[in-house]
Amino acid sequence: MALFSKQNKEVFTNPLNVDHPILGQVLGICSALAVTSQLKPAIVMGLAVTVITAFSNVIISIIRNTIPNRIRIVVQLVVVAALVTIVSQILKAFAYDVSVQLSVYVGLIITNCILMGRLEAFAMQNKPWPSFLDGVGNGLGYAMILVIVGAFREFFGRGSLLGFQIIPDACYDLGYVNNGMMTMPAMALILVGCVIWVHRAYFYKEK
Amino acid sequence: MEHAISLLFRSIFVDNMIFAFFLGMCSYLAVSKTVKTSLGLGLAVTFVLTVTVPVNYLLQTKVLGPNCLVEGVDLSYLSFILFIAVIAGMVQLVEMTVEKYSPSLYAALGIFLPLIAVNCAIMGASLFMQQRILMDPSNSQAITSVWDAVIYGFGSGLGWALAIVAMGAIREKMQYSDVPRPLQGLGIVFITVGLMAMAMMCFSGLNI
Repeated sequence: MALFSKQNKEVFTNPLNVDHPILGQVLGICSALAVTSQLKPAIVMGLAVTVITAFSNVIISIIRNTIPNRIRIVVQLVVVAALVTIVSQILKAFAYDVSVQLSVYVGLIITNCILMGRLEAFAMQNKPWPSFLDGVGNGLGYAMILVIVGAFREFFGRGSLLGFQIIPDACYDLGYVNNGMMTMPAMALILVGCVIWVHRAYFYKEK
Repeated sequence: MEHAISLLFRSIFVDNMIFAFFLGMCSYLAVSKTVKTSLGLGLAVTFVLTVTVPVNYLLQTKVLGPNCLVEGVDLSYLSFILFIAVIAGMVQLVEMTVEKYSPSLYAALGIFLPLIAVNCAIMGASLFMQQRILMDPSNSQAITSVWDAVIYGFGSGLGWALAIVAMGAIREKMQYSDVPRPLQGLGIVFITVGLMAMAMMCFSGLNI
């Protein structure tokens, strides 16, 4: 089987469009909302989830024929928990300030429904390579929402992106004020609601 | 005593699992369609939280913390795996107990009971508890004893139950509203939760 056959390409691109993990299947919303008050933690979180989804998919896919069906949930949880522990230790070693900002939400990747959902629905039935692509696709779809919401909230809430000032001082002199509401948790929910609105309006029109 | 009351009220209203930390959002959105199912899941989550947070507190302070098991060894990097194992085991235990002693409640809760194992609110409460052990005891968020852990678990469970029952009631009423088509279902629910979270923000100055 070719590495990038048409079928494999679909496996990779579907989660970015119609079967989007957050917008279409409504999975993994907990952490998507909590880490998006700034762009940088949002990007790091998105990358961490992509890596963990991809590799847990591969591992489960390799051992899928040896897992007894009755204890598969426990096996999946242990694989994911081990990967999350590794990622969390790496973050603490190389990006300590970001790992402090993310606090408990790194640990909460274990209970992220995207992971369990993909392991159950895809990796248990498919070969390692398509599983890897599926994991990367879903992780990137998740990261995409994090980056959109994170960018919006940091730009309007603090006037900056990735910590750099974007809105010039002259605007503040003219009376422009940062929208403090955007840094509050409540706005994350409303922004995701709006993103879902746009996504559905776009994809339902085609049907 | 004062500390316990303050901890309880803070964990219900100020540090609300849904409105302040977005934990347990997946099952919150999936199950909050009617008040009845919301109440069932809310009670189950409260119960599991009240049990798992103190158990994990004991694990953290007696086994995993620095110098606990072996002098000079800090095992806290194992906390993720151990906590999730405790939670999964506890949920299994609760499920079997409920099935044996109250089959009617078991039938009413149905699929929600096993689903609690992957509810982020449960794992989140244990991880927050882990952070709060290190806090200064005078801080109203600090957890310094097993009783504090019980109160914190119970309070956060109650806060979660409150949020899901309120949402269930609003969604029952919303069935009759005329919502724009692409916004129907999930979109409008998100915006409603956002507005509720905004309302809950008025508790943030609460101090007892």
